[in-house]
Amino acid sequence: MTFYELANPHRFTALARWLVPALALAAAVLLALGFVLGFRAPADYQQGETMRIMYIHVPSAWLAIGIYTLMAISALGTLVWRHPLADVAAKSAAPIGAAFCLMTLLTGALWGRPMWGAYWVWDARLTSVLVLFLIYLGILALWRAIDEPGQAGRAVAILTLVGFINVPIVKFSVDWWNTLHQPASVFRLGGPTIHPAILTPLLITAAGFGALFLALLVAAMRNEILRRRIRTLRLLASAEAR
Amino acid sequence: MTHALRAIFVRDLTIAFRVGGGAGTGVVFFLAIVTVVPFAVGPDLPLLGRIGPAVLWIGALLASLLGLDRVFSADHDDGSLDLLLLAPQPLEMIAATKAAAHWVATGLPLVVAAPLLGLLLGLDAKALGAVTLTLLVGTPALTFLGLVGAALAVALPRGGLLVAVLVLPFAVPILIFGAAATNAAVGGTLPFGTPFKLIAATSLAFLVLGPVAAAAVLRQIRD
Amino acid sequence: MGAHAAFIAAAYGVAAIIVMGLVLWVVADHRAQRRALAALEGQGITRRSHAARIEDTH
Repeated sequence: MTFYELANPHRFTALARWLVPALALAAAVLLALGFVLGFRAPADYQQGETMRIMYIHVPSAWLAIGIYTLMAISALGTLVWRHPLADVAAKSAAPIGAAFCLMTLLTGALWGRPMWGAYWVWDARLTSVLVLFLIYLGILALWRAIDEPGQAGRAVAILTLVGFINVPIVKFSVDWWNTLHQPASVFRLGGPTIHPAILTPLLITAAGFGALFLALLVAAMRNEILRRRIRTLRLLASAEAR
Repeated sequence: MTHALRAIFVRDLTIAFRVGGGAGTGVVFFLAIVTVVPFAVGPDLPLLGRIGPAVLWIGALLASLLGLDRVFSADHDDGSLDLLLLAPQPLEMIAATKAAAHWVATGLPLVVAAPLLGLLLGLDAKALGAVTLTLLVGTPALTFLGLVGAALAVALPRGGLLVAVLVLPFAVPILIFGAAATNAAVGGTLPFGTPFKLIAATSLAFLVLGPVAAAAVLRQIRD
Repeated sequence: MGAHAAFIAAAYGVAAIIVMGLVLWVVADHRAQRRALAALEGQGITRRSHAARIEDTH
């Protein structure tokens, strides 16, 4: 099934029918496995048990950035290649990305209080993630504000691309500025610096959250396709009624 | 081309300074914010002096954001936007010209008003100078950045506040650098030059990016 | 678990609430769209393809 064949709503709905449960199951299994392994691993000698929050905080941060990147690629798909499903994907991904960004901020605050003594500090990493969250909210608002789906898709696509400048800032903020936040320990040039006993559960839970995101995304895209079909039907009906 | 662009510049400026054009509203709003803060904070003059530059920057930011939605919507309403889209001049240059006119009408008055309002907040001469200079260099960044929001406002029926919300996250770095520059001048740890160069760089970057993105939006949302 | 058990529990609780919220949103939206589609088809408003209409009934 090629990328363009997927654009057919029927094919997509048929795909979604088995793909969503499969992904949801994979997510459940991976998350369960990851959390069990994660809690079995030895606690950090400095932070104690609070490092367990990492298994949620880090994957949600990766997703917050990764989903925005996906939205940016979809934006290019809308503006440059005019793929029919591109703006459906972008619209469906936005609330999920915003939710994971919120999860990052909240779990980070709950981790920061026992670790640094403060729920929030205005350092570069936290501030840029908060800005990312505000950009997400702006994108969500813009989706709702324009009625015609195609026009909304194009407007949001441009806004998404403009906002993408924040993504490298979030990623490199801990390198460029003096921050309180932990510097990069997984995605760095020299390879990860975390002990495998902790890294493995982290990667498993990250995969679990990734599968969860994909399940939610495909399901939400199916909903959006239905929503547009209904809108078209309503427009046709009211046009014929005249 | 410059003849046409100059015509657009003069037209926008003239409309802005007419009744209902919005040129003065920004400054009045600026004044409103600056007068309200001491009431909320209390008449603690040293404290006001410390937060004064920040208050001026916030006031300038909000006053700039509020006037943005009219930049293209007004032309959309009277049909001249369609003419501009069909014009032989590059849409990016037209957008930049309109932004420049908008800055002269709304941003520049803020810069002129800032020293006077700074006195209300108890700023000393050095702080007043620093704030005015950073606002002079930074408000163009706000206007040109906001141009994207102004272009989006054409597609939004009740755009105004949403535009400010959309532009705000991107204005945050400008605010950070502007406030950092002012605080550095008043006696912080950084030399004034570092954040000042950053805010100048941001302005220059948005001088280019803003009109390009705005033109892209205007082309895409044509019905 | 130690003194910080409350923070750990709260973090996992927040995550669970957010994930459940997302799932509920997707499921509820699906139900709403299905309802609207059924209502339209009840009024006889469908697309041109008859075969597609039959295939759509799930």
